[in-house]
Amino acid sequence: MVEIAVLLKQVPDTNAKIVVVNGRVDESAIASWVTSPYDEYAFEAALQHTEAAGGSVTAITLGPERADKVLKDAAALGVTKLVRIWQDEWQDLDSTQVQSALANAVKAAGAELVYCGKQSADRNQGSTGPGIAEILGAACVTEVSDSYSAGSYLRPTASGSEKVTVSSPAVVTFTKTQHELRRPNVRGIMMAKRAQIEVVGGDVNASQVNFNGHSSPAQKPAGKTYQGSDSVPEVVGLLRDEAKVL
Amino acid sequence: MDITIIAETQGDNLHPVTSQLVGAATSLGASPTVLCAGGAGADAAAGIAGVGKVLSVVGDCFSTFDGGAWATALDAAAGAGVIIGAASAQGRDVVARIAARRGIPVVQDVVAISQGLTMTHPIYSGKAMQEVTVGGDCAVTLRSNTFPPAGDGGSAESATVQQSGDVKIAVQEAIAKASARLDVSDADIIISGGRGMGNPDNFEHLYALSEKLGAAVGASRAAVDTWDEIPHSMQVGQTGKTVNPSLYIAVGISGAIQHLAGMRTSKYIVAINKDPEAPIFKVADYGIVSTWEEALPILGDEIAKIL
Ligand SMILES: Cc1cc2nc3c(=O)[nH]c(=O)nc-3n(C[C@H](O)[C@H](O)[C@H](O)COP(=O)(O)OP(=O)(O)OC[C@H]3O[C@@H](n4cnc5c(N)ncnc54)[C@H](O)[C@@H]3O)c2cc1C
Ligand SMILES: Nc1ncnc2c1ncn2[C@@H]1O[C@H](COP(=O)(O)O)[C@@H](O)[C@H]1O
Repeated sequence: MVEIAVLLKQVPDTNAKIVVVNGRVDESAIASWVTSPYDEYAFEAALQHTEAAGGSVTAITLGPERADKVLKDAAALGVTKLVRIWQDEWQDLDSTQVQSALANAVKAAGAELVYCGKQSADRNQGSTGPGIAEILGAACVTEVSDSYSAGSYLRPTASGSEKVTVSSPAVVTFTKTQHELRRPNVRGIMMAKRAQIEVVGGDVNASQVNFNGHSSPAQKPAGKTYQGSDSVPEVVGLLRDEAKVL
Repeated sequence: MDITIIAETQGDNLHPVTSQLVGAATSLGASPTVLCAGGAGADAAAGIAGVGKVLSVVGDCFSTFDGGAWATALDAAAGAGVIIGAASAQGRDVVARIAARRGIPVVQDVVAISQGLTMTHPIYSGKAMQEVTVGGDCAVTLRSNTFPPAGDGGSAESATVQQSGDVKIAVQEAIAKASARLDVSDADIIISGGRGMGNPDNFEHLYALSEKLGAAVGASRAAVDTWDEIPHSMQVGQTGKTVNPSLYIAVGISGAIQHLAGMRTSKYIVAINKDPEAPIFKVADYGIVSTWEEALPILGDEIAKIL
Protein backbone atom coordinates (compact mmCIF):
# COMPACT_ATOMS: atom_id res chain seq x y z
CA MET A 1 0.00 0.00 0.00
CA VAL A 2 1.26 3.43 -0.84
CA GLU A 3 -0.21 6.87 -0.23
CA ILE A 4 0.88 9.42 -2.81
CA ALA A 5 0.15 13.15 -2.83
CA VAL A 6 0.42 14.72 -6.25
CA LEU A 7 0.84 18.48 -6.63
CA LEU A 8 -1.03 19.87 -9.62
CA LYS A 9 -0.68 23.51 -10.55
CA GLN A 10 -2.99 25.32 -12.90
CA VAL A 11 -1.14 27.44 -15.47
CA PRO A 12 -2.00 29.27 -18.70
CA ASP A 13 -2.02 27.04 -21.77
CA THR A 14 1.56 26.93 -23.07
CA ASN A 15 0.35 28.52 -26.34
CA ALA A 16 -1.15 31.51 -24.50
CA LYS A 17 0.13 34.97 -25.17
CA ILE A 18 1.30 36.64 -21.97
CA VAL A 19 0.47 40.35 -21.81
CA VAL A 20 1.74 42.74 -19.16
CA VAL A 21 -0.65 45.56 -18.20
CA ASN A 22 0.34 48.15 -15.58
CA GLY A 23 3.29 46.11 -14.39
CA ARG A 24 1.40 42.87 -13.99
CA VAL A 25 0.66 39.89 -16.19
CA ASP A 26 -2.96 40.26 -17.28
CA GLU A 27 -4.58 36.98 -16.28
CA SER A 28 -7.98 38.05 -17.52
CA ALA A 29 -6.57 37.89 -21.06
CA ILE A 30 -5.78 34.19 -20.70
CA ALA A 31 -8.52 32.11 -22.25
CA SER A 32 -7.37 28.61 -21.50
CA TRP A 33 -5.93 27.18 -18.29
CA VAL A 34 -4.36 23.75 -18.04
CA THR A 35 -2.48 21.51 -15.62
CA SER A 36 1.23 22.37 -15.73
CA PRO A 37 2.74 19.90 -18.27
CA TYR A 38 5.28 18.13 -16.01
CA ASP A 39 2.66 17.73 -13.28
CA GLU A 40 0.67 15.56 -15.68
CA TYR A 41 3.56 13.08 -15.87
CA ALA A 42 3.84 13.12 -12.08
CA PHE A 43 0.12 12.38 -11.88
CA GLU A 44 0.31 9.51 -14.37
CA ALA A 45 3.12 7.92 -12.34
CA ALA A 46 1.09 8.31 -9.15
CA LEU A 47 -1.87 6.52 -10.77
CA GLN A 48 0.33 3.67 -12.00
CA HIS A 49 2.14 3.21 -8.70
CA THR A 50 -1.02 3.12 -6.60
CA GLU A 51 -2.66 0.74 -9.06
CA ALA A 52 0.31 -1.60 -8.78
CA ALA A 53 0.84 -1.44 -5.02
CA GLY A 54 -2.61 -0.50 -3.74
CA GLY A 55 -3.20 2.68 -1.80
CA SER A 56 -4.50 5.99 -2.99
CA VAL A 57 -3.70 9.33 -4.55
CA THR A 58 -4.50 12.73 -3.07
CA ALA A 59 -4.49 15.56 -5.62
CA ILE A 60 -3.50 18.94 -4.16
CA THR A 61 -3.51 22.36 -5.76
CA LEU A 62 -2.90 25.84 -4.42
CA GLY A 63 -4.83 28.51 -6.26
CA PRO A 64 -8.10 30.32 -6.85
CA GLU A 65 -11.45 28.72 -7.60
CA ARG A 66 -10.69 28.20 -11.28
CA ALA A 67 -7.92 25.80 -10.19
CA ASP A 68 -10.68 23.36 -9.18
CA LYS A 69 -10.50 22.29 -12.82
CA VAL A 70 -7.15 20.52 -12.39
CA LEU A 71 -8.66 18.59 -9.48
CA LYS A 72 -11.81 17.74 -11.46
CA ASP A 73 -9.59 16.46 -14.26
CA ALA A 74 -7.86 14.23 -11.70
CA ALA A 75 -11.25 13.10 -10.39
CA ALA A 76 -12.21 12.08 -13.92
CA LEU A 77 -9.36 9.57 -13.74
CA GLY A 78 -10.60 8.13 -10.46
CA VAL A 79 -8.99 10.28 -7.75
CA THR A 80 -11.43 10.93 -4.90
CA LYS A 81 -9.23 12.86 -2.46
CA LEU A 82 -9.07 16.40 -3.81
CA VAL A 83 -7.69 19.36 -1.87
CA ARG A 84 -7.49 22.98 -2.93
CA ILE A 85 -5.54 25.38 -0.75
CA TRP A 86 -6.86 28.87 -0.87
CA GLN A 87 -4.80 31.79 0.31
CA ASP A 88 -5.50 35.47 -0.37
CA GLU A 89 -2.80 37.06 -2.49
CA TRP A 90 -1.89 33.57 -3.67
CA GLN A 91 -0.19 35.10 -6.73
CA ASP A 92 2.41 36.88 -4.64
CA LEU A 93 3.26 34.09 -2.23
CA ASP A 94 7.00 33.61 -1.97
CA SER A 95 8.76 30.26 -2.22
CA THR A 96 8.69 29.70 1.54
CA GLN A 97 4.95 30.33 1.73
CA VAL A 98 4.07 28.09 -1.23
CA GLN A 99 6.15 25.28 0.21
CA SER A 100 4.74 25.50 3.70
CA ALA A 101 1.13 25.65 2.48
CA LEU A 102 1.62 22.60 0.23
CA ALA A 103 3.63 20.71 2.87
CA ASN A 104 0.79 21.21 5.37
CA ALA A 105 -1.67 19.69 2.94
CA VAL A 106 0.67 16.76 2.27
CA LYS A 107 0.94 16.10 6.00
CA ALA A 108 -2.84 16.28 6.42
CA ALA A 109 -3.22 13.76 3.58
CA GLY A 110 -0.88 11.35 5.36
CA ALA A 111 1.10 10.77 2.16
CA GLU A 112 4.53 9.15 2.30
CA LEU A 113 5.37 10.05 -1.30
CA VAL A 114 4.90 13.40 -3.01
CA TYR A 115 4.97 13.58 -6.81
CA CYS A 116 5.22 16.96 -8.49
CA GLY A 117 6.62 18.67 -11.56
CA LYS A 118 10.29 19.50 -12.08
CA GLN A 119 9.17 23.08 -12.54
CA SER A 120 5.92 24.91 -13.03
CA ALA A 121 5.14 26.37 -16.46
CA ASP A 122 4.38 29.78 -14.96
CA ARG A 123 6.98 30.41 -12.25
CA ASN A 124 9.63 28.07 -13.74
CA GLN A 125 11.35 27.81 -10.38
CA GLY A 126 11.95 24.17 -9.54
CA SER A 127 12.02 25.10 -5.85
CA THR A 128 8.82 23.55 -4.61
CA GLY A 129 9.75 19.84 -4.66
CA PRO A 130 13.14 20.14 -2.91
CA GLY A 131 11.74 22.76 -0.50
CA ILE A 132 8.82 20.59 0.57
CA ALA A 133 11.18 17.65 0.99
CA GLU A 134 13.26 19.72 3.40
CA ILE A 135 10.19 20.72 5.41
CA LEU A 136 9.01 17.09 5.59
CA GLY A 137 12.47 15.73 6.39
CA ALA A 138 12.20 13.70 3.20
CA ALA A 139 14.55 12.74 0.40
CA CYS A 140 14.00 14.34 -2.98
CA VAL A 141 14.79 12.82 -6.37
CA THR A 142 14.65 15.56 -8.99
CA GLU A 143 14.05 15.62 -12.75
CA VAL A 144 12.95 12.00 -12.93
CA SER A 145 12.42 10.89 -16.53
CA ASP A 146 11.01 7.43 -15.88
CA SER A 147 9.69 5.42 -12.98
CA TYR A 148 9.33 1.71 -12.34
CA SER A 149 7.38 1.52 -9.08
CA ALA A 150 6.88 3.62 -5.98
CA GLY A 151 10.45 4.20 -4.77
CA SER A 152 12.27 3.33 -8.00
CA TYR A 153 13.11 6.00 -10.60
CA LEU A 154 15.38 6.99 -13.47
CA ARG A 155 17.20 10.31 -13.29
CA PRO A 156 19.66 11.99 -15.64
CA THR A 157 23.37 12.29 -14.87
CA ALA A 158 26.20 14.05 -16.66
CA SER A 159 27.17 10.81 -18.38
CA GLY A 160 23.73 9.37 -19.10
CA SER A 161 21.21 8.32 -16.53
CA GLU A 162 20.89 6.15 -13.46
CA LYS A 163 18.28 4.03 -11.77
CA VAL A 164 17.87 5.01 -8.15
CA THR A 165 15.81 3.79 -5.25
CA VAL A 166 14.69 5.93 -2.36
CA SER A 167 12.93 5.09 0.85
CA SER A 168 9.85 6.92 2.09
CA PRO A 169 9.17 9.65 2.90
CA ALA A 170 10.28 11.10 -0.40
CA VAL A 171 9.43 13.82 -2.88
CA VAL A 172 9.92 13.07 -6.56
CA THR A 173 9.94 15.79 -9.23
CA PHE A 174 9.07 14.64 -12.74
CA THR A 175 10.18 15.77 -16.13
CA LYS A 176 8.57 14.28 -19.23
CA THR A 177 8.36 10.49 -19.13
CA GLN A 178 7.67 7.97 -21.88
CA HIS A 179 4.29 7.09 -20.39
CA GLU A 180 1.27 7.98 -22.42
CA LEU A 181 -1.05 10.26 -20.47
CA ARG A 182 -4.46 8.66 -20.02
CA ARG A 183 -7.65 10.50 -20.93
CA PRO A 184 -10.91 10.18 -19.00
CA ASN A 185 -13.84 8.16 -20.31
CA VAL A 186 -17.50 9.19 -20.09
CA ARG A 187 -18.02 7.50 -16.74
CA GLY A 188 -15.00 9.35 -15.37
CA ILE A 189 -16.31 12.67 -16.56
CA MET A 190 -19.66 11.96 -14.88
CA MET A 191 -17.88 11.04 -11.65
CA ALA A 192 -15.85 14.24 -11.77
CA LYS A 193 -19.04 16.30 -11.83
CA ARG A 194 -20.00 14.95 -8.43
CA ALA A 195 -16.50 15.05 -6.96
CA GLN A 196 -16.10 16.83 -3.64
CA ILE A 197 -13.21 19.25 -3.27
CA GLU A 198 -11.97 20.04 0.19
CA VAL A 199 -10.93 23.70 0.43
CA VAL A 200 -8.43 24.53 3.17
CA GLY A 201 -6.57 27.67 4.25
CA GLY A 202 -2.85 28.00 3.57
CA ASP A 203 -1.94 29.27 7.05
CA VAL A 204 1.36 30.84 5.98
CA ASN A 205 3.67 33.38 7.59
CA ALA A 206 4.28 36.85 6.14
CA SER A 207 6.17 37.10 2.85
CA GLN A 208 9.86 37.96 2.88
CA VAL A 209 9.87 38.95 -0.77
CA ASN A 210 8.66 42.25 -2.24
CA PHE A 211 7.03 41.97 -5.63
CA ASN A 212 8.12 44.94 -7.76
CA GLY A 213 6.44 44.15 -11.04
CA HIS A 214 6.29 42.22 -14.27
CA SER A 215 7.62 43.38 -17.59
CA SER A 216 7.76 42.08 -21.11
CA PRO A 217 11.09 40.57 -22.13
CA ALA A 218 13.45 42.85 -23.99
CA GLN A 219 12.77 42.54 -27.70
CA LYS A 220 15.69 41.52 -29.81
CA PRO A 221 16.34 43.80 -32.76
CA ALA A 222 14.84 42.18 -35.84
CA GLY A 223 17.23 39.84 -37.54
CA LYS A 224 17.94 39.50 -41.23
CA THR A 225 16.63 36.85 -43.56
CA TYR A 226 18.63 35.66 -46.53
CA GLN A 227 17.20 33.86 -49.56
CA GLY A 228 18.63 30.57 -50.70
CA SER A 229 21.64 28.48 -49.80
CA ASP A 230 23.94 30.83 -51.75
CA SER A 231 23.73 33.13 -48.73
CA VAL A 232 25.36 30.59 -46.40
CA PRO A 233 28.95 31.87 -46.93
CA GLU A 234 27.82 35.42 -46.14
CA VAL A 235 26.06 34.28 -42.95
CA VAL A 236 29.09 32.29 -41.82
CA GLY A 237 31.21 35.41 -42.40
CA LEU A 238 28.84 37.46 -40.24
CA LEU A 239 28.90 34.84 -37.50
CA ARG A 240 32.66 35.16 -37.44
CA ASP A 241 33.13 38.92 -37.90
CA GLU A 242 29.93 40.54 -36.62
CA ALA A 243 28.62 38.12 -34.00
CA LYS A 244 32.08 36.75 -33.18
CA VAL A 245 30.69 33.36 -32.19
CA LEU A 246 32.78 31.22 -34.54
CA MET B 1 27.25 41.78 2.13
CA ASP B 2 28.24 38.21 2.95
CA ILE B 3 27.89 35.92 -0.02
CA THR B 4 28.52 32.19 -0.11
CA ILE B 5 28.76 30.56 -3.52
CA ILE B 6 27.99 26.90 -4.06
CA ALA B 7 30.52 25.98 -6.76
CA GLU B 8 29.08 24.19 -9.78
CA THR B 9 31.12 21.10 -10.49
CA GLN B 10 31.50 18.74 -13.42
CA GLY B 11 32.81 15.46 -12.06
CA ASP B 12 35.99 16.39 -10.19
CA ASN B 13 36.35 19.71 -12.01
CA LEU B 14 34.94 23.17 -11.68
CA HIS B 15 32.20 24.08 -14.15
CA PRO B 16 32.98 27.38 -15.96
CA VAL B 17 29.68 28.90 -14.76
CA THR B 18 31.30 29.19 -11.30
CA SER B 19 33.38 32.17 -12.52
CA GLN B 20 30.14 33.82 -13.61
CA LEU B 21 28.69 33.33 -10.11
CA VAL B 22 31.82 34.96 -8.68
CA GLY B 23 31.53 37.79 -11.22
CA ALA B 24 27.96 38.50 -10.10
CA ALA B 25 28.93 38.38 -6.41
CA THR B 26 31.85 40.78 -6.83
CA SER B 27 29.61 43.16 -8.81
CA LEU B 28 27.59 43.42 -5.59
CA GLY B 29 30.75 44.42 -3.72
CA ALA B 30 31.21 41.05 -2.04
CA SER B 31 34.33 38.99 -1.58
CA PRO B 32 32.55 35.64 -1.67
CA THR B 33 33.40 32.37 0.01
CA VAL B 34 33.19 29.48 -2.47
CA LEU B 35 32.09 26.07 -1.18
CA CYS B 36 33.28 23.08 -3.18
CA ALA B 37 31.19 19.96 -2.59
CA GLY B 38 33.50 17.03 -1.97
CA GLY B 39 36.46 19.34 -2.62
CA ALA B 40 35.90 19.18 -6.39
CA GLY B 41 37.43 22.10 -8.27
CA ALA B 42 38.80 23.77 -5.12
CA ASP B 43 42.18 24.69 -6.65
CA ALA B 44 40.56 26.19 -9.72
CA ALA B 45 38.11 28.12 -7.53
CA ALA B 46 40.95 29.65 -5.52
CA GLY B 47 42.37 31.00 -8.77
CA ILE B 48 39.25 33.01 -9.68
CA ALA B 49 39.79 36.74 -9.13
CA GLY B 50 37.76 38.25 -6.30
CA VAL B 51 37.17 35.05 -4.33
CA GLY B 52 37.63 35.67 -0.59
CA LYS B 53 38.03 32.11 0.52
CA VAL B 54 37.56 28.55 -0.74
CA LEU B 55 36.14 25.89 1.50
CA SER B 56 36.33 22.24 0.46
CA VAL B 57 33.41 20.54 2.14
CA VAL B 58 34.26 16.86 2.29
CA GLY B 59 32.34 13.86 3.54
CA ASP B 60 31.00 10.45 2.50
CA CYS B 61 27.73 12.01 1.37
CA PHE B 62 29.36 13.53 -1.70
CA SER B 63 30.06 10.25 -3.50
CA THR B 64 26.65 10.31 -5.23
CA PHE B 65 24.16 13.12 -5.67
CA ASP B 66 21.53 13.44 -2.97
CA GLY B 67 20.28 17.02 -2.74
CA GLY B 68 19.10 16.57 0.84
CA ALA B 69 22.42 15.20 2.06
CA TRP B 70 24.44 17.76 0.10
CA ALA B 71 22.31 20.62 1.41
CA THR B 72 22.74 19.42 4.99
CA ALA B 73 26.53 19.29 4.66
CA LEU B 74 26.91 22.52 2.67
CA ASP B 75 24.45 24.45 4.86
CA ALA B 76 26.51 23.57 7.93
CA ALA B 77 29.64 24.95 6.25
CA ALA B 78 28.06 28.13 4.83
CA GLY B 79 27.89 31.38 6.73
CA ALA B 80 24.83 33.61 7.06
CA GLY B 81 23.90 36.02 4.29
CA VAL B 82 23.18 35.36 0.66
CA ILE B 83 23.71 31.93 -0.91
CA ILE B 84 24.37 31.86 -4.66
CA GLY B 85 24.40 28.80 -6.89
CA ALA B 86 23.97 27.97 -10.57
CA ALA B 87 20.48 27.40 -12.01
CA SER B 88 21.39 23.84 -13.04
CA ALA B 89 19.40 20.77 -11.98
CA GLN B 90 21.67 20.10 -9.01
CA GLY B 91 22.16 23.78 -8.19
CA ARG B 92 18.43 24.46 -8.03
CA ASP B 93 17.85 21.42 -5.84
CA VAL B 94 20.62 22.11 -3.31
CA VAL B 95 20.02 25.87 -3.12
CA ALA B 96 16.24 25.43 -2.66
CA ARG B 97 16.89 22.98 0.18
CA ILE B 98 19.38 25.25 1.92
CA ALA B 99 16.79 28.05 1.72
CA ALA B 100 14.10 25.81 3.20
CA ARG B 101 16.46 24.72 5.99
CA ARG B 102 17.03 28.36 6.86
CA GLY B 103 13.46 29.53 6.34
CA ILE B 104 14.66 32.10 3.81
CA PRO B 105 13.22 32.66 0.33
CA VAL B 106 14.79 31.26 -2.81
CA VAL B 107 14.72 32.94 -6.22
CA GLN B 108 15.82 30.72 -9.10
CA ASP B 109 17.18 31.40 -12.56
CA VAL B 110 17.99 35.06 -11.93
CA VAL B 111 19.19 37.03 -14.98
CA ALA B 112 19.83 40.43 -13.31
CA ILE B 113 20.83 41.25 -9.75
CA SER B 114 21.61 44.53 -8.00
CA GLN B 115 22.12 45.87 -4.50
CA GLY B 116 19.12 45.65 -2.30
CA LEU B 117 18.84 42.69 -3.37
CA THR B 118 16.72 43.36 -6.41
CA MET B 119 16.49 40.48 -8.87
CA THR B 120 14.87 39.75 -12.20
CA HIS B 121 13.95 36.28 -13.40
CA PRO B 122 11.97 34.98 -16.36
CA ILE B 123 8.48 33.58 -15.83
CA TYR B 124 6.13 31.81 -18.26
CA SER B 125 9.21 30.37 -20.01
CA GLY B 126 10.57 33.80 -20.81
CA LYS B 127 7.32 35.32 -22.05
CA ALA B 128 7.53 37.80 -19.15
CA MET B 129 10.02 38.91 -16.52
CA GLN B 130 9.43 39.31 -12.79
CA GLU B 131 11.32 41.69 -10.54
CA VAL B 132 11.46 41.15 -6.78
CA THR B 133 13.37 42.62 -3.86
CA VAL B 134 14.45 40.61 -0.84
CA GLY B 135 15.47 42.66 2.19
CA GLY B 136 17.10 39.96 4.29
CA ASP B 137 19.04 36.79 3.72
CA CYS B 138 18.05 34.74 0.70
CA ALA B 139 19.20 32.02 -1.66
CA VAL B 140 19.58 32.62 -5.37
CA THR B 141 20.49 30.66 -8.48
CA LEU B 142 21.82 32.45 -11.54
CA ARG B 143 21.20 31.55 -15.16
CA SER B 144 24.39 30.53 -16.95
CA ASN B 145 25.96 32.64 -19.73
CA THR B 146 24.20 35.73 -18.39
CA PHE B 147 26.72 37.30 -15.98
CA PRO B 148 30.23 38.28 -17.08
CA PRO B 149 32.74 35.85 -15.55
CA ALA B 150 35.36 36.99 -13.06
CA GLY B 151 38.88 36.70 -14.44
CA ASP B 152 41.65 34.44 -13.16
CA GLY B 153 44.71 35.44 -11.23
CA GLY B 154 43.14 35.09 -7.79
CA SER B 155 44.93 33.40 -4.91
CA ALA B 156 42.31 32.90 -2.25
CA GLU B 157 43.14 30.92 0.88
CA SER B 158 41.71 27.41 1.03
CA ALA B 159 40.56 25.25 3.88
CA THR B 160 38.87 21.88 4.21
CA VAL B 161 35.99 21.03 6.51
CA GLN B 162 34.46 17.66 7.20
CA GLN B 163 30.65 17.48 7.14
CA SER B 164 28.06 14.77 6.87
CA GLY B 165 24.54 14.30 5.55
CA ASP B 166 22.09 11.40 5.47
CA VAL B 167 22.14 9.80 2.04
CA LYS B 168 18.68 8.46 1.22
CA ILE B 169 19.00 7.94 -2.53
CA ALA B 170 20.73 4.71 -3.61
CA VAL B 171 22.06 4.31 -7.13
CA GLN B 172 21.19 0.85 -8.48
CA GLU B 173 22.49 1.06 -12.00
CA ALA B 174 24.28 3.64 -14.11
CA ILE B 175 23.21 3.75 -17.74
CA ALA B 176 25.77 5.33 -20.04
CA LYS B 177 24.58 7.58 -22.81
CA ALA B 178 24.25 5.93 -26.20
CA SER B 179 27.01 8.23 -27.38
CA ALA B 180 29.60 10.37 -25.67
CA ARG B 181 28.20 13.43 -27.39
CA LEU B 182 28.08 16.76 -25.64
CA ASP B 183 24.83 17.54 -23.82
CA VAL B 184 22.84 20.61 -24.93
CA SER B 185 22.91 21.95 -21.35
CA ASP B 186 26.70 22.17 -21.45
CA ALA B 187 27.26 23.45 -24.96
CA ASP B 188 28.15 26.93 -26.13
CA ILE B 189 27.02 26.10 -29.67
CA ILE B 190 23.94 24.00 -30.40
CA ILE B 191 22.63 22.68 -33.70
CA SER B 192 19.08 21.41 -33.44
CA GLY B 193 17.05 19.46 -35.92
CA GLY B 194 13.29 19.31 -36.26
CA ARG B 195 10.72 17.32 -38.15
CA GLY B 196 11.97 19.04 -41.29
CA MET B 197 15.02 16.72 -41.17
CA GLY B 198 12.72 14.13 -42.71
CA ASN B 199 14.08 11.07 -40.95
CA PRO B 200 16.39 10.34 -38.02
CA ASP B 201 19.27 9.18 -40.22
CA ASN B 202 19.57 12.71 -41.54
CA PHE B 203 20.64 13.82 -38.07
CA GLU B 204 24.03 12.38 -39.06
CA HIS B 205 24.56 15.61 -41.01
CA LEU B 206 24.01 17.56 -37.80
CA TYR B 207 26.35 15.30 -35.79
CA ALA B 208 29.07 15.73 -38.42
CA LEU B 209 28.72 19.50 -38.28
CA SER B 210 28.64 19.48 -34.49
CA GLU B 211 31.97 17.68 -34.37
CA LYS B 212 33.58 20.39 -36.47
CA LEU B 213 32.14 23.08 -34.22
CA GLY B 214 32.49 21.41 -30.83
CA ALA B 215 28.72 21.80 -30.63
CA ALA B 216 25.92 19.73 -29.13
CA VAL B 217 22.98 18.46 -31.18
CA GLY B 218 19.46 19.23 -29.97
CA ALA B 219 16.01 18.50 -31.32
CA SER B 220 12.45 19.73 -31.37
CA ARG B 221 9.73 17.79 -29.64
CA ALA B 222 8.26 16.74 -32.96
CA ALA B 223 11.57 15.07 -33.81
CA VAL B 224 11.82 13.40 -30.39
CA ASP B 225 8.22 12.21 -30.44
CA THR B 226 8.33 10.96 -34.02
CA TRP B 227 11.65 9.11 -34.00
CA ASP B 228 12.82 6.66 -31.33
CA GLU B 229 16.44 7.29 -32.35
CA ILE B 230 16.21 10.87 -31.07
CA PRO B 231 16.13 10.69 -27.26
CA HIS B 232 14.21 13.11 -25.06
CA SER B 233 17.51 14.23 -23.51
CA MET B 234 18.08 16.14 -26.78
CA GLN B 235 14.78 18.01 -26.63
CA VAL B 236 14.93 21.77 -26.32
CA GLY B 237 11.87 23.69 -25.18
CA GLN B 238 9.06 23.96 -22.70
CA THR B 239 9.04 20.26 -21.86
CA GLY B 240 12.70 19.74 -22.73
CA LYS B 241 15.79 21.67 -21.78
CA THR B 242 16.21 25.42 -21.49
CA VAL B 243 19.45 26.41 -23.17
CA ASN B 244 21.35 29.66 -23.40
CA PRO B 245 24.28 29.15 -25.79
CA SER B 246 26.24 31.76 -27.74
CA LEU B 247 25.00 30.28 -31.00
CA TYR B 248 21.85 28.23 -31.70
CA ILE B 249 21.33 26.85 -35.18
CA ALA B 250 17.77 25.61 -35.83
CA VAL B 251 17.45 23.33 -38.84
CA GLY B 252 14.01 22.28 -40.11
CA ILE B 253 12.33 23.64 -36.99
CA SER B 254 9.19 25.74 -37.40
CA GLY B 255 9.68 27.73 -34.20
CA ALA B 256 6.58 26.86 -32.19
CA ILE B 257 6.20 28.92 -29.04
CA GLN B 258 7.06 25.89 -26.87
CA HIS B 259 10.33 25.44 -28.74
CA LEU B 260 11.18 29.14 -28.47
CA ALA B 261 10.59 28.87 -24.71
CA GLY B 262 13.73 26.77 -24.45
CA MET B 263 16.11 28.71 -26.70
CA ARG B 264 14.97 32.26 -27.30
CA THR B 265 17.60 33.76 -24.98
CA SER B 266 20.46 32.28 -27.04
CA LYS B 267 22.87 35.07 -27.91
CA TYR B 268 22.69 34.43 -31.67
CA ILE B 269 20.12 32.36 -33.50
CA VAL B 270 20.51 31.02 -37.03
CA ALA B 271 17.52 29.38 -38.70
CA ILE B 272 17.55 27.19 -41.78
CA ASN B 273 14.04 26.54 -43.02
CA LYS B 274 12.52 26.20 -46.46
CA ASP B 275 9.35 28.05 -45.47
CA PRO B 276 9.91 31.85 -45.45
CA GLU B 277 6.83 32.22 -43.21
CA ALA B 278 8.16 29.90 -40.48
CA PRO B 279 7.90 31.66 -37.09
CA ILE B 280 11.51 30.72 -36.27
CA PHE B 281 12.57 33.57 -38.58
CA LYS B 282 10.99 36.06 -36.16
CA VAL B 283 13.58 35.24 -33.51
CA ALA B 284 16.51 34.45 -35.80
CA ASP B 285 19.38 36.93 -36.08
CA TYR B 286 20.34 35.27 -39.36
CA GLY B 287 17.63 33.43 -41.23
CA ILE B 288 18.39 31.32 -44.28
CA VAL B 289 15.41 30.40 -46.43
CA SER B 290 16.58 27.13 -47.93
CA THR B 291 16.21 23.40 -47.59
CA TRP B 292 18.77 21.87 -45.26
CA GLU B 293 19.76 19.52 -48.10
CA GLU B 294 21.12 22.53 -49.96
CA ALA B 295 22.33 24.65 -47.06
CA LEU B 296 24.11 22.16 -44.77
CA PRO B 297 26.85 21.01 -47.19
CA ILE B 298 27.81 24.63 -47.87
CA LEU B 299 27.69 25.41 -44.16
CA GLY B 300 30.03 22.49 -43.49
CA ASP B 301 32.51 23.66 -46.14
CA GLU B 302 32.47 27.27 -44.98
CA ILE B 303 33.03 26.29 -41.37
CA ALA B 304 35.88 23.99 -42.35
CA LYS B 305 37.47 26.97 -44.13
CA ILE B 306 37.51 29.27 -41.11
CA LEU B 307 38.23 26.83 -38.27
C1 LIG C 1 2.54 21.29 -23.63
C2 LIG C 1 3.43 21.31 -24.83
C3 LIG C 1 4.80 21.27 -24.64
C4 LIG C 1 5.67 21.28 -25.75
N1 LIG C 1 7.02 21.26 -25.53
C5 LIG C 1 7.85 21.35 -26.58
C6 LIG C 1 9.28 21.37 -26.40
O1 LIG C 1 9.79 21.26 -25.29
N2 LIG C 1 10.06 21.49 -27.49
C7 LIG C 1 9.56 21.58 -28.76
O2 LIG C 1 10.34 21.70 -29.70
N3 LIG C 1 8.23 21.53 -28.97
C8 LIG C 1 7.37 21.40 -27.91
N4 LIG C 1 6.03 21.31 -28.15
C9 LIG C 1 5.58 21.09 -29.54
C10 LIG C 1 5.47 22.32 -30.39
O3 LIG C 1 4.19 22.89 -30.24
C11 LIG C 1 5.67 21.94 -31.89
O4 LIG C 1 4.74 20.96 -32.24
C12 LIG C 1 7.06 21.42 -32.22
O5 LIG C 1 8.05 22.28 -31.68
C13 LIG C 1 7.23 21.33 -33.72
O6 LIG C 1 8.48 20.75 -34.05
P1 LIG C 1 9.16 21.02 -35.44
O7 LIG C 1 9.38 22.49 -35.59
O8 LIG C 1 10.34 20.13 -35.55
O9 LIG C 1 8.10 20.45 -36.49
P2 LIG C 1 7.14 21.19 -37.50
O10 LIG C 1 6.31 22.20 -36.82
O11 LIG C 1 6.50 20.12 -38.26
O12 LIG C 1 8.13 22.01 -38.43
C14 LIG C 1 8.99 21.45 -39.36
C15 LIG C 1 9.66 22.60 -40.09
O13 LIG C 1 10.63 22.08 -40.98
C16 LIG C 1 10.58 22.82 -42.20
N5 LIG C 1 11.11 21.95 -43.25
C17 LIG C 1 10.55 20.86 -43.80
N6 LIG C 1 11.37 20.29 -44.70
C18 LIG C 1 12.51 21.03 -44.71
C19 LIG C 1 13.72 20.94 -45.43
N7 LIG C 1 13.95 19.96 -46.29
N8 LIG C 1 14.66 21.88 -45.18
C20 LIG C 1 14.45 22.88 -44.30
N9 LIG C 1 13.31 23.01 -43.60
C21 LIG C 1 12.35 22.09 -43.79
C22 LIG C 1 9.15 23.19 -42.39
O14 LIG C 1 9.04 24.37 -43.18
C23 LIG C 1 8.69 23.43 -40.94
O15 LIG C 1 8.84 24.80 -40.58
C24 LIG C 1 5.15 21.31 -27.06
C25 LIG C 1 3.77 21.34 -27.25
C26 LIG C 1 2.91 21.35 -26.16
C27 LIG C 1 1.43 21.40 -26.40
N1 LIG D 1 0.33 26.50 -6.49
C1 LIG D 1 0.67 25.22 -6.68
N2 LIG D 1 -0.28 24.26 -6.65
C2 LIG D 1 0.04 22.96 -6.85
N3 LIG D 1 1.28 22.53 -7.09
C3 LIG D 1 2.27 23.44 -7.13
C4 LIG D 1 2.03 24.82 -6.93
N4 LIG D 1 3.21 25.48 -7.04
C5 LIG D 1 4.15 24.53 -7.32
N5 LIG D 1 3.58 23.31 -7.37
C6 LIG D 1 4.25 22.02 -7.70
O1 LIG D 1 5.65 22.20 -7.65
C7 LIG D 1 6.23 22.02 -8.95
C8 LIG D 1 7.39 22.96 -9.14
O2 LIG D 1 6.94 24.29 -9.09
P1 LIG D 1 7.93 25.54 -9.08
O3 LIG D 1 8.79 25.41 -7.89
O4 LIG D 1 7.03 26.74 -9.04
O5 LIG D 1 8.71 25.47 -10.37
C9 LIG D 1 5.07 22.20 -9.91
O6 LIG D 1 5.33 21.53 -11.13
C10 LIG D 1 3.91 21.59 -9.11
O7 LIG D 1 3.93 20.18 -9.17
